[in-house]
Amino acid sequence: MTTPLPLPLPDYRMQAPAVAQRFSALKERPVVLEVKDLTRQFMTNGATCTALRNSSFRVHRREFLCVIGPSGCGKSTLIRILAGLETPTSGHVLLDGHEVSGPGPDRGMVFQGYTLFPWLTITRNVMFGLEMKGVSPLLAEREARQWIDLVGLTRFKDAYPAQLSGGMKQRTAIARALAAQPRILLMDEPFGALDAQTRAQMQAHLLAIWRNVDVTILFITHDLDEAILLADRILVLKANPGEIQELIEVPVPRPRDLSQLNSPEFIATRRRLDELIHPRLAASSEKLPIVRLTAVGDDVE
Amino acid sequence: MPRSRWFVIGKPLPPGPHRALTLFAFLLPLTVWALVSYVPWLWHPLIRVTDPGNVAWFKPGLLVERAVFADENAKVTALSPEASPGRPAEGIRANPIFLPPPHAVARALWTAFTTEPALRGDKWLHESLAQSIKTIFWAFLISSAFGLPIGILCGAYAPIARLAEPSIDFIRYMPAPAFGALAVAVLGIYDAPKVAIIVIGTFFQQVLVVANTVRRHDPGLIEAAQTLGANRRQLLFRVIVPSSIVDLYQDQRILIGWAWTYLIVAEVVGISSGITYFINQQAKYRNFDNVYAAIIIIGIIGLATDQALAFCGARLFPWRNPRTSRLRNFVQRLFTRREALPVPEKSVRTPAV
Repeated sequence: MTTPLPLPLPDYRMQAPAVAQRFSALKERPVVLEVKDLTRQFMTNGATCTALRNSSFRVHRREFLCVIGPSGCGKSTLIRILAGLETPTSGHVLLDGHEVSGPGPDRGMVFQGYTLFPWLTITRNVMFGLEMKGVSPLLAEREARQWIDLVGLTRFKDAYPAQLSGGMKQRTAIARALAAQPRILLMDEPFGALDAQTRAQMQAHLLAIWRNVDVTILFITHDLDEAILLADRILVLKANPGEIQELIEVPVPRPRDLSQLNSPEFIATRRRLDELIHPRLAASSEKLPIVRLTAVGDDVE
Repeated sequence: MPRSRWFVIGKPLPPGPHRALTLFAFLLPLTVWALVSYVPWLWHPLIRVTDPGNVAWFKPGLLVERAVFADENAKVTALSPEASPGRPAEGIRANPIFLPPPHAVARALWTAFTTEPALRGDKWLHESLAQSIKTIFWAFLISSAFGLPIGILCGAYAPIARLAEPSIDFIRYMPAPAFGALAVAVLGIYDAPKVAIIVIGTFFQQVLVVANTVRRHDPGLIEAAQTLGANRRQLLFRVIVPSSIVDLYQDQRILIGWAWTYLIVAEVVGISSGITYFINQQAKYRNFDNVYAAIIIIGIIGLATDQALAFCGARLFPWRNPRTSRLRNFVQRLFTRREALPVPEKSVRTPAV
C-alpha cells in the first residue's frame, strides 16, 4: 500500500537537468554491447515457442542496464545468449563491434546459484579466471587479493565456499568475475536467493564496486525496486513472445541509496514499471474458483 | 533418550548407541557361533566316539551321526539272548568337522603364522597372503590406470561414451572366470593370468561407474568456468576432474572390494596360488580351523584397507573437512608446484604521511 502523496506524481520521463545531462553524456560514450534483431525459438513437443523476438538494444561503456520482465519473458535466455552459453536462432551480438560466439572471458557472468568451485579456497576461486589466461600463480594471487579486499572478504580469503554465507558467496562470485577483467559483467538475478537485508547490503556493495571499477553491468532482476535503485536504464521485456516493451531512463538522481525509495521520481518510475509488468487483468477472467471452507462467521477480513 | 527416537528416518544415531551397535554387530555373529559350538544341546548333530565298546568298526575320535550311533548300540545290546549282551559304545555330542569352535579358529589364527607348513613345497600363511595382496595390487593398479581415464573421458564427452560404452556394457555381463582358460593360454600359468582375470572383472565395471560419477557433475560450474575463459582441456582438468574427485575416491573404495571377490576365482586359474591355495590345501587336510582363519584374515585385510582409505579420504579433501591435517599437507606439498605455494606475508609498514 502506498501512502497518498501530497503532490501529483511527475511523469517518469521528466528528468532533472543534472540527470538529463548525465544521460546525454552516457549516450556519448562508446557502445560496448550491441544486440541486433535477436530471436530465439525453442522446439517443445513439436510446437515452436518464441522466447525472444527481434530484440535490439545497446549498452554504453560504464552503463548500468537492468533487464526486467514477468516470468517466462526470456530474460534468462537473453543473458545466456549474451554470455555465449546459448546460441540465438537469428540476430547478432556485438561486443566492441566484434561479433561474439561462444562463451569467453570478455563477458563475465554472475549466476543466481553462485557456482563457486567448492574445492578451491576463496582466493583460488578468484584466481581462476587469471590462471585460465595463463597469468603466473604469484601474480594471479596478488591480483586476486586486491579483488577480495574490494568485496570485503579479506578475512575469508583462505576459507572454502561451503563455509561462507549466501551474501559472501555472491561477493566472491562478483570478485571472481571481475578479476578476469571482462568488458561487460552479466548478472543473472544474482541477489534472488538472498534474504531482504542481505540483498539491500549487496545492492549498496554492487553500486560502490561499479562506481570504483571500470566495468559495464547488465543486470537481470524481477525486483522492480532493485532495478530502479541500481540502473541507469531499464529494459522492460514482455512475455509470449519475449519482446522489448520499453527502455526506461531512470530519472532518480545519483548517488543512489535506499532513502530515495519514497522520492517522487522513484514512485513515478515504479508506477510505470508496475503498469508494464502487471497490466490490468481483464476483470473476473482470472478469478480463482474459491470454495468457502471455513465456518460462517469466522471471517478474517 | 527414548528408544523410539533411534528409528527416526534420516536421523543419525547419538554417538553412544552408534558405538554400541557397531560393537554389537561384530559380537552378535560371534555369540551365535560360540553358542552353537559350546552349548552341547544346540545342534551338535554328530557323536564323537570316546569308547567304541563292542561296535566293531567304531574307533575313539570317530564322528558318527546320532541315528547311526543309536542303531549300532541297539544292535550290540540286543544280541542273541544266549550270549552276554555286548558293551555299548560311548560318546559325546559333537559338531561336524567343518564347524570348528571359535577358540580353535583363534588358535589357528595364531598358529597359522607360527607353524611350518605340512608339505615341504607349501607356503606359510603370510607368504600366501603376500602373494594374494600383490596380485590384487597389480590388478587394481592396471585396471585403474586404464579405467579411470577412460571412465572420465566417457563421462565428460558424449561421443567417447557412445563409442566405448555399448561394448563395455556387453563385455561386463561376461563372467570374468570364463576368461580363465583363455588367460592361461595367452599369459601362462603363473601370476599373469590371475592378474588378468581380476582386471577383466573390475575394469569394465570401473569404466561405467567412473563415467556415471563424472556425468553427475554440476553443469553450472562448467558454465561458470567457460565465462571465465577456460578452454576444453582446462574444463576437463580444472573443473570436471576436481568436481568429481571425492565421489571417484569413494568409487575406488567399492571397486577394491570388487577386486577381492574376483581374487578367489582368479587364484585357481593355472597353478593355484596365494590364499586360495592355502585354503584349498588346508581343507584337503581337513584343518577347517585354518580355513576359517584364512577367510577371517581376508575379511580383516579388506576391512582394514577400506577403513584406511576412508581415514585418508576424510583428510585428503579439505573442502569437505576443513580441519588441518598432516597427511593433507604432505600430499599438497607433493603435488603443488613450488611457485603456487602461498608466500608468507611480510608485514609491510606503510610510510607515515
